[in-house]
Amino acid sequence: MSQTSEKAQQNAKKGVDVTTPSDREIRVTRTFDAPRELVFECHTRPELLKRWLLGPPGWTMPVCEVDLRVGGKYLYTWRNDADGSEFSIGGVHREIVPPERIVTLENFMGDEALNTLTLEEKDGRTTLVQTMQFENREKRDQALKTGMTDGMATSYDRLEALMEEGKAA
Amino acid sequence: MFSSHQLDATFAALADPTRRAILARLANGEASVSELAEPFEMSQPAISKHLKVLERAGLITSGREAQRRPRRMDPAPLAEAVEWIERYRKIWEGNYKRLDALLDELQRAGARESDTAAHGNRSASRSKSERPATGAVAKRSTSKATRNKTTKRKGGKGK
Repeated sequence: MSQTSEKAQQNAKKGVDVTTPSDREIRVTRTFDAPRELVFECHTRPELLKRWLLGPPGWTMPVCEVDLRVGGKYLYTWRNDADGSEFSIGGVHREIVPPERIVTLENFMGDEALNTLTLEEKDGRTTLVQTMQFENREKRDQALKTGMTDGMATSYDRLEALMEEGKAA
Repeated sequence: MFSSHQLDATFAALADPTRRAILARLANGEASVSELAEPFEMSQPAISKHLKVLERAGLITSGREAQRRPRRMDPAPLAEAVEWIERYRKIWEGNYKRLDALLDELQRAGARESDTAAHGNRSASRSKSERPATGAVAKRSTSKATRNKTTKRKGGKGK
């Protein structure tokens, strides 16, 4: 346990921290060595989003459309280059406060989730907090179980299985 | 199979720092209620309440010894909840590592622009690197508008 909590502390400092602040939320926190204007741009400009918001290895994002206005829609489609499978997440912008806050209503596997992104800058570093609020606990747990999406989680399972096979061989 | 209700009980139990500390203590071996209460400035009944929450979540069990009733940790529900979170975390860590690299590239491109552009608005302290950036950002930074602006630059080399 002491090792686990040490690891958790390291994650909080350097890596992604994932918490469940209420029974229908997931919160992701991460700090970046960059001013928040840039982090904001990376979350709103399609040509930049396509380069990092990709999920597990093997996925690309051939479709990324962002209408950055309140009421404007966005659509991300990912593709698994190995088996050609595709899926999408879309939503509507509810609130846009550059470069510190974006709130969207996201369509997440047939359910809706309120997605709040906040960016806080201190000494040239930016702390990102992304909170996803689901309709209820079951839907939250489902999202937590599947990672970004069902399809990606499956692909992730496959990758892990392959890695295990590799180790065993 | 692990139900949503159990998972929620696990997360709710873990949401409290005292309960996490109790679990950390029990991970090192069983302990009685008074032993568990010791490190906290809390009454034994208050600790007992926390223990009940942990018990309902299936995270701990109590022994049968009449007086002492030592608590033990049951690692299974915790392991499952931690695994879900960890997997979720890994996916986002993968995303954010790519974002780190992209931000680094953007900052280098920004520094380069302010080195060369006549009225770049980024601070000079960021202009450490003159290495050329690559990819979408570099293309953007050499767009027509930028080129026009940078024709007046002094001593810049190449494009």
